[in-house]
Amino acid sequence: MGARLRWRKFVSNFMLTMTGVCAFVSVIVLFLILGYLVFNGGTSVSWNFFTKLPTPVGETGGGMANAIVGSAKLLLAASLFGVPIGFLGGIYMAEFSGSTIASIVRYSADLLNGVPSIVVGIFAYSLVVLPFKHFSTLAGAFALGLMMIPITLRSTEEFLGAVPRMLREGAMALGASKWKTISTVIVPAAYRGILTAILLALARVAGETAPLLFTAFGNRFWSKGWGQPTASLPVMIYTYAVSPYEDWHRQAWAAGLVLLGLILIINILARTILSRGIAVPRG
Amino acid sequence: MATANPTLQSPGPTVGSRSFFAKLKEGDEIARLVTFVFAASVVLITLLLVYELWVNSVLPRQKFGLSFFVTQVWDPVMDEYGALPFVYGTLVTSVVALLIAVPLGIGASIFLAELAPPRISDTLQFFIDLLAAVPSVIYGLLGIFTVVPLMRTVIYPALNKPLGFLPIFKGPSYGVGFLTAGIVLAIMVIPYIISVSREVLLSVPRDQREAALALGSTRWESTWKVVVPFARTGIMGSIFLALARALGETMAVTMVIGNTPKISASLFAPGYSIAAVIANEFTEATGDLYLQSLIGLGLVLFLLTFVLNGLARILIIVTTQKGSKVAN
Repeated sequence: MGARLRWRKFVSNFMLTMTGVCAFVSVIVLFLILGYLVFNGGTSVSWNFFTKLPTPVGETGGGMANAIVGSAKLLLAASLFGVPIGFLGGIYMAEFSGSTIASIVRYSADLLNGVPSIVVGIFAYSLVVLPFKHFSTLAGAFALGLMMIPITLRSTEEFLGAVPRMLREGAMALGASKWKTISTVIVPAAYRGILTAILLALARVAGETAPLLFTAFGNRFWSKGWGQPTASLPVMIYTYAVSPYEDWHRQAWAAGLVLLGLILIINILARTILSRGIAVPRG
Repeated sequence: MATANPTLQSPGPTVGSRSFFAKLKEGDEIARLVTFVFAASVVLITLLLVYELWVNSVLPRQKFGLSFFVTQVWDPVMDEYGALPFVYGTLVTSVVALLIAVPLGIGASIFLAELAPPRISDTLQFFIDLLAAVPSVIYGLLGIFTVVPLMRTVIYPALNKPLGFLPIFKGPSYGVGFLTAGIVLAIMVIPYIISVSREVLLSVPRDQREAALALGSTRWESTWKVVVPFARTGIMGSIFLALARALGETMAVTMVIGNTPKISASLFAPGYSIAAVIANEFTEATGDLYLQSLIGLGLVLFLLTFVLNGLARILIIVTTQKGSKVAN
């Protein structure tokens, strides 16, 4: 009996240690990724990288200024398209809708959220690129905006729903109309949470590459307007990484470092704002 | 008339007695209509997405029918398209990814939910969340420049020498291939498995653990024989979720799978996946049949992830509700 118990205790300790090892291995990947990017890309992030256009093939130097601006334009247009739909749709879900409509919308949003990003690209291609007959910044922004909708919608619904009932009742008791209550009491009470979710959605689509391949396409020069194809950081990383040129690899690392840095900073900021706990007082 | 909006949830006795026009004047009805339009547009967009995929893939459906999935030839020159190599590549890489990611992910989530003090658990979960935010093109970049060389110099010799007689470890390695893609995919989906499984494990009521410990089981026995089985369905859900991610993953796979439409038993051989072929050939697809075959592949991918995501959600909800029911 003693031997058996000792064995059981040994198994217990061993397996529990192993779970710790699993957790350690899983988390260490993040630091390996960061370390590799800093090690390989750190020296290539220079002033030129942010201000110069890509050089022709074979010529070293140059930067990714057009891709940085392109990504910013794509994200701006994507937010202008995706955030209002998600936000206002979320308000409807939380405040106005009956349960049938709510579950239909919720189901659609979850479906949309699970669609592989490459399929979103196909959709944007057939809806925006084909009718206009050329790749464009707007098509890329449409694809990215589409991916922001479900996250914004579901979190708006969730955070509005978490606003304490008392606030609602207080406003109503003072004679405010429903819309007045929503716009001056409920949304302000939940805005931190919603803002966090929107930032996270933005960070997520900022790194998306697949939906841009055949919508925003790519561009070695400055994009001439919203109707023209544009370069973007993720697509640049992809093209440069699979190219055979040493100098392009170097720049891919630099671009990767810049992109990941931005995404992680947005994530950390958003998550610390949320976790401060003042976001949603639960009632 | 007075009940123009019978589903109004908010309290307040005045709401029901106000007339439609009074509400219109105060903006309530306008707000309801405007927000409704936006909510409805989400449904419309989703329907439109399915519709576009369906009508734009009609040609290969008519020409090849179901044989599309069992044909090995992918020849744009002869206008012959079969999806089998891509379906094979997608499935093999996803299975490899799950074989690596599931034990690691579940192990880590057990540590986070059962063992680690809340503060450490939350900190680690924060890093896991950050890991889930790393874009796939970054994983691809690291895949090309670190996993591929590692494959050639370390993993291939280690597996091929002792196990080379097995068909799956036979043959030469070029660095890129099914196994490389599977490894990169595994790293990518681990955060999803951990986050969901941890949540599911945390929802297991406390008395389940205490009862097991009181009966004299060790810490591990109570975890493995009581807590994990209790959360089994939810953990399955997290695995389905990860599988859906792995199937639809594009960039990282495209960068390390080798992009060769071939079916090989060896995991070291280069292959191709559904998402990768769409990414690579979509802009070059010249003929209608070519383009529509690619869109057809997109439809397949969509349906696969649709089913898996649906299943995952049901399983996760069932488990977490079971937890709260027993607790009450």
